[in-house]
Amino acid sequence: MNQRILMAAAAALVAGCAATPAGEDASAQALQIMKSSFQERGQAKLDRLDQDEAQKLCSAAGADAVPKDVAERIEKANLAQIRYPADGKLLGDWREGEKIAQSGVGKQFSDDPKRPAGGNCYACHQLSKAEISFGTIGPSLHNFGKLRGPSEATRRYAYGKIYNAQAFTACSNMPRFGHNGILTEEQLKHLVALLLDPASPVNR
Amino acid sequence: MRTRRNIAVIAIAAAAGLAPEALAQGSAMEEIQKYRDQLAAGNPAELWEARGEALWKHQRGPKNVSLEACDLGKGTGVVRGAYAELPRYFADAGRVMDLETRLVHCMTTLQGLKEEEVTARPYGSGNRRSDFEALAAWITSESKGVAMKVLMEHPKEREAYRVGEKIFYFRGGPHDFACATCHGESGKRIRLQDLPNLTERKDAQRGYITWPAYRVSQGELRTMQWRLYDCFRQQRFPELKFGSEASIALISFLAKNAQDGVYAGPAIKR
Amino acid sequence: MADPMRIRAAFRDGVTNVKILMSHEMETGQRKDASGNLVPAHFIQSVTATHQGKVVLSAQWGPAVAKNPFLEFSFKGGQKGDKISVNWVDNKGESRTDEATVN
Repeated sequence: MNQRILMAAAAALVAGCAATPAGEDASAQALQIMKSSFQERGQAKLDRLDQDEAQKLCSAAGADAVPKDVAERIEKANLAQIRYPADGKLLGDWREGEKIAQSGVGKQFSDDPKRPAGGNCYACHQLSKAEISFGTIGPSLHNFGKLRGPSEATRRYAYGKIYNAQAFTACSNMPRFGHNGILTEEQLKHLVALLLDPASPVNR
Repeated sequence: MRTRRNIAVIAIAAAAGLAPEALAQGSAMEEIQKYRDQLAAGNPAELWEARGEALWKHQRGPKNVSLEACDLGKGTGVVRGAYAELPRYFADAGRVMDLETRLVHCMTTLQGLKEEEVTARPYGSGNRRSDFEALAAWITSESKGVAMKVLMEHPKEREAYRVGEKIFYFRGGPHDFACATCHGESGKRIRLQDLPNLTERKDAQRGYITWPAYRVSQGELRTMQWRLYDCFRQQRFPELKFGSEASIALISFLAKNAQDGVYAGPAIKR
Repeated sequence: MADPMRIRAAFRDGVTNVKILMSHEMETGQRKDASGNLVPAHFIQSVTATHQGKVVLSAQWGPAVAKNPFLEFSFKGGQKGDKISVNWVDNKGESRTDEATVN
């Protein structure tokens, strides 16, 4: 009787340890459960659960930061995929940019796919001083242009950052608006103007 | 709107629009909190609680039994304190279940109802009501004041927690969002909505103990299953299935992180 | 038949306090549904509360009052065991009457 209790206790102990799959197994199991737990709806198809390289690596890191070498790999790969406008113009209309920054629609299964997406920038960032309803998931962008000046390099950085935030910060919380086709080239230019145009409320 | 007074009218709580002034951030948040505190008196969730209690005691289905025959984890028909111990492993089902999946189990096995029929409408809208929201309102109200004790002793419970954690950090969709994107850091907010860090004990408690809640903007009582479904919608993911394994795993992760939190629902939210 | 109201009445220090939670859509008639059609107005137009059969509150409401309205009021007098009755009538002529005992 005692031996049986001991065996049961040992088995429970071993089961407790062995039931912790290696990181990869747990991820594979989670992915399988994810795929069977979702159904497509509207424009949101199941392929949205297919992760690209950056998403896989960033997910695997969990609560921790990705290792330095992995981060560099992600940034290099994403940087190479930035597409700058063919006409070389990076500055649009800041008034349109403000509208795009305020709009939170786009890509949800409840959204009309024909309606242009917004950037929802105010969800995470402060931009103009007048707008008090802003989030703090990202840093304040107030005075973005004022602080950096009007050079071509700054414009290219701003455009590139919005196009693909992970080209500069691996596993950034910020969506890759150009890379993942959320915003159009024209919309990105308007956002660059919102950030850099001296007349924009962001810089006043 | 005229009110003839022959007595002192204390308050008529119409959900009037809030007119924020251009004040400093702190004041704006304070005013919103004052508005929310005012709403707390007369929480419409009580209407759902009344319906839920009646549904629990109502004999239904081909087997003509009431849900009083259901074991929510603390014994047959025991409702008091049951929600504070969910999700948990149920031997009779061989898996971990949250409140709603357990109710589906009882409705199908005890009452003989068909699963497709009972789960046809998990989330209500106006006159098209959901039994789950009413039942959840009442059952959770019976755990008000009870400290959460989600034990995670059974291997399947631990597995659910681990899977839930993996899902929490799963980056996906066109926006690369994971639950962690909004809920993985302390002291953040989206627009003016404070975001609890669901990986940190105090924030996780705060976040968990106030669901289900009457969501004023929805005009409906919403549960944690709904909260997850709506988070994933905003994360640009496809639709999370009601009572899915992923939902149970995530709720297990959240509930365990909220351990010892004193349950305070059903609450009222914006 | 509409859902019952939740009524709580309590007597303390010479005053009876009454709290009422009503279940009603309170549709303004100005909202549009997903197809762009106006959702018809459906809201409570009158509320009457009586204490031992005597009217203690009478209200005429409009679409400004929100869904699932909460009404709280007090009146001098009353005592434990007294009957409070509340009645509402909406613009479609539907009505509901519920009672409670003063605590």
